[in-house]
Amino acid sequence: MAKRKTAVPFQGTAEQEKKLREIIEKYKSVPGAVMPVLQQAQEVYGYLPIEVQKIIAEGLDVPLSEIYGVTTFYSQFSLNPKGKYEIRICLGTACYVKGSGNIMQKMEEELGIQDGGITADGKFSLDSVRCIGACGLAPAMVVNGEVYGRMTTDKIRDIIASCE
Amino acid sequence: MNSVAELNALREKYKGSLSLRPISKGGTRDDNIKREILICGGTGCTSSHSTDIIDAFNEEIKKAGVTDTKVVRTGCFGLCELGPIVIVYPEGAFYSKVKVEHVKRIVDEHIVGGNVVKELLYPETIQDDGSIIGIFDTHFYENQCRIALKNCGNIDPENINEYIANDGYAALAKVLTEMTPDEVIEEVKASGLRGRGGAGFPTGVKWGSIKRDDQEKFILCNADEGDPGAFMDCSVLEGDPHVILEAMAIGGYAIGAHQGYIYVRAEYPIAVHRLTIAINQAREYGLLGKNILGTGFDFDIGLRLGAGAFVCGEGTALEASIEGKRGEPRPKPPRMTEKGLFGKPSVLNNVETYANIPQIIMKGAKWFTSIGTEKSPGTKVFCLVGNIKHTGLVEIPMGTTLREIVEDIGGGIPNGKKFKAAQTGGPSGGCIPESLIDTPMDFDNLSKIGTMMGSGGLIVMDEDTCMVDIAKFYLGFTVDESCGKCTPCRIGTKRLLEMLTKVTRGEGTLEMLDEITELCHFIKDNSLCGLGQAAPNPVLSTITHFRDEYVSHVVDKKCPAGVCKALMSYNIDPTKCRGCTLCARNCPAGAVTGKIKEPHVIDPNKCIKCGVCYDNCRFGAIYKA
Ligand SMILES: Cc1cc2nc3c(=O)[nH]c(=O)nc-3n(C[C@H](O)[C@H](O)[C@H](O)COP(=O)(O)O)c2cc1C
Ligand code: SF4
Ligand code: SF4
Ligand code: FES
Repeated sequence: MAKRKTAVPFQGTAEQEKKLREIIEKYKSVPGAVMPVLQQAQEVYGYLPIEVQKIIAEGLDVPLSEIYGVTTFYSQFSLNPKGKYEIRICLGTACYVKGSGNIMQKMEEELGIQDGGITADGKFSLDSVRCIGACGLAPAMVVNGEVYGRMTTDKIRDIIASCE
Repeated sequence: MNSVAELNALREKYKGSLSLRPISKGGTRDDNIKREILICGGTGCTSSHSTDIIDAFNEEIKKAGVTDTKVVRTGCFGLCELGPIVIVYPEGAFYSKVKVEHVKRIVDEHIVGGNVVKELLYPETIQDDGSIIGIFDTHFYENQCRIALKNCGNIDPENINEYIANDGYAALAKVLTEMTPDEVIEEVKASGLRGRGGAGFPTGVKWGSIKRDDQEKFILCNADEGDPGAFMDCSVLEGDPHVILEAMAIGGYAIGAHQGYIYVRAEYPIAVHRLTIAINQAREYGLLGKNILGTGFDFDIGLRLGAGAFVCGEGTALEASIEGKRGEPRPKPPRMTEKGLFGKPSVLNNVETYANIPQIIMKGAKWFTSIGTEKSPGTKVFCLVGNIKHTGLVEIPMGTTLREIVEDIGGGIPNGKKFKAAQTGGPSGGCIPESLIDTPMDFDNLSKIGTMMGSGGLIVMDEDTCMVDIAKFYLGFTVDESCGKCTPCRIGTKRLLEMLTKVTRGEGTLEMLDEITELCHFIKDNSLCGLGQAAPNPVLSTITHFRDEYVSHVVDKKCPAGVCKALMSYNIDPTKCRGCTLCARNCPAGAVTGKIKEPHVIDPNKCIKCGVCYDNCRFGAIYKA
């Protein structure tokens, strides 16, 4: 579960921080608050930079090392910002036996980034996922929540081009 | 609601709402609805835009001024391959692969005109005499037996009234008013129900092992469904969320718990959404909360989202995750039934296990044991995917053979290819080769042949699949997902992956195959949790059943299936090549040369083995070797 970190400067707004503090307040007394707070914080910021983790650690009165430990443990939590278009390619078994490995390879070539990376202009990020429950339509990929089933390598360019 | 009588009255009131569907309980609709359009809203069909189709139907119906037709969003029917699926009742007309463009025509001709649009029906449903049959009468369902999936595709999962109308919450009412906790446990024991999460532990025995004392206890539902390539639990949650709530309340009553938690994958947004709705509805109706149905029993359920870690499907890791920690397993004992969530005795069961409980209570243990095999009663839901014609969800009696599933239900292997193997048990399981295709599938038979039931992933592979590559794929998964707590798993699987990678690159030796086997056994014997203990299974089972293929990789330096890129090359058959130049134009590496209308050739030194030429040649002139 190695996680790559990039040095993108943190640009959180006061409004985001207000929301985050509200979330922390809501969960403060709930047992096992760390996970839901991190999940909702990621919804607010799109990712979990160390600055956000610090606020959560202080707010919940949990050591930062523990928060960081949790953040890096789960693949859903991202230390990096996501692209304007978040591309996720399923590498679950059903998709893999139908060639999603080639889809990933082709996508990496087209975007010039690797699994887990983001393009320099911040437009696209690329991640692999393990099954999104659409195995019946394998191979599957998702762009900003929109699922593309029965993917083939020759559809990739059109999909990229359709992202404005 | 404060009493069972009120619940029964509600059931009477709404039973007519199902009267047009195959699950009809009699009665008639009292709202002048003469037709219903059921549309699948499971993940599969939603991915193929069933939501747009639902909107389009609502719009077209309104435009046409039709008031006696209702659109219902259901859960998964199981035939995901043919989605989006639209069924019109009372005719039972089954429209497959429906597109938004088709909607107007179906409304105009069928809903308004009263004539089924045969052209858009799933062809198999049209009989020789021109009459039509319903979706559940097609060949795909013929040998299926839907218990856990009883409501999937039959009711609106976001409407508690439909669930109640189809006997929902009757089992909860029965246990709360007519049975003692011990009687509930005895009934579940007698049913022989075994955990559907993979290991097959008898559910009644687990429930019975909780000590009767006044300590706080928890009942948990494992909806983490970590096996990549499987969506059985997802479909139950999406198609019938109330059955899980009802069963957990029954379990809570049996073991003396007043709080339950469902741990569900965040990757299943639709399931999370429907569960949230279901919990709120059940609370509103007084089927969760204080003094349920006036019986004095208090029980509530909370939802916790997983965050993408396979190991969190393991019981103790799941608990750590609910507690907000890193999801690392801990050594057992103490068992979870002694010291579980927040240090309290806890029972964890899988989604599909729960989905069987209400019917066992209503119909009795005897009914349940009459289905399936002696040691594995009941049914199992499999997620049939891979190189198979009908991908989707199937529920079959235990003991059905793999051949029946693949050839009859699944319709065989597409593109005229041959069956090679099927994998069950996901990254913890193994493969079943063709020679064992007649094995009756139940817990014990599958472990005898070196695989396991697992949670129900069933991946069919054809002759173009390289078994070494598949073993490597699963191992890559475990290496990613190992929590890192213990060394045999953390380092061992990594070393194993390195060796397998060498084999796929042609850098392996025969001795290496022995080293691989040895390391597999070491990891199995020394890992702390089930993830590490089972991680070598895909390797061991492929090396046992497909040793020849491993040997080809290390001795002949060939990949017989033509998958491992280092061991294969693309070539052009000069007798088939027409010199159309398509491959030369598409090759990203400039590796193909040749004059127009003359056979082309591939320069192996330039070729990057992308396969574009192979995929695109219209004359089948390009072959792998
Ligand atoms: C690594 C690992 C992953 C698991 N993943 C799941 C899972 O995704 N879903 C599940 O129900 N059980 C999973 N299990 C099995 C659970 O630990 C547990 O046995 C099961 O949830 C108990 O429920 P059952 O008796 O109803 O099957 C997993 C076990 C291990 C070791
Ligand atoms: S076997 Fe693997 S996953 Fe399980 S505790 Fe050890 S390192 Fe973690
Ligand atoms: S496999 Fe790819 S690189 Fe090789 S010849 Fe064909 S198109 Fe060119
Ligand atoms: S394996 Fe890709 S969606 Fe399930």
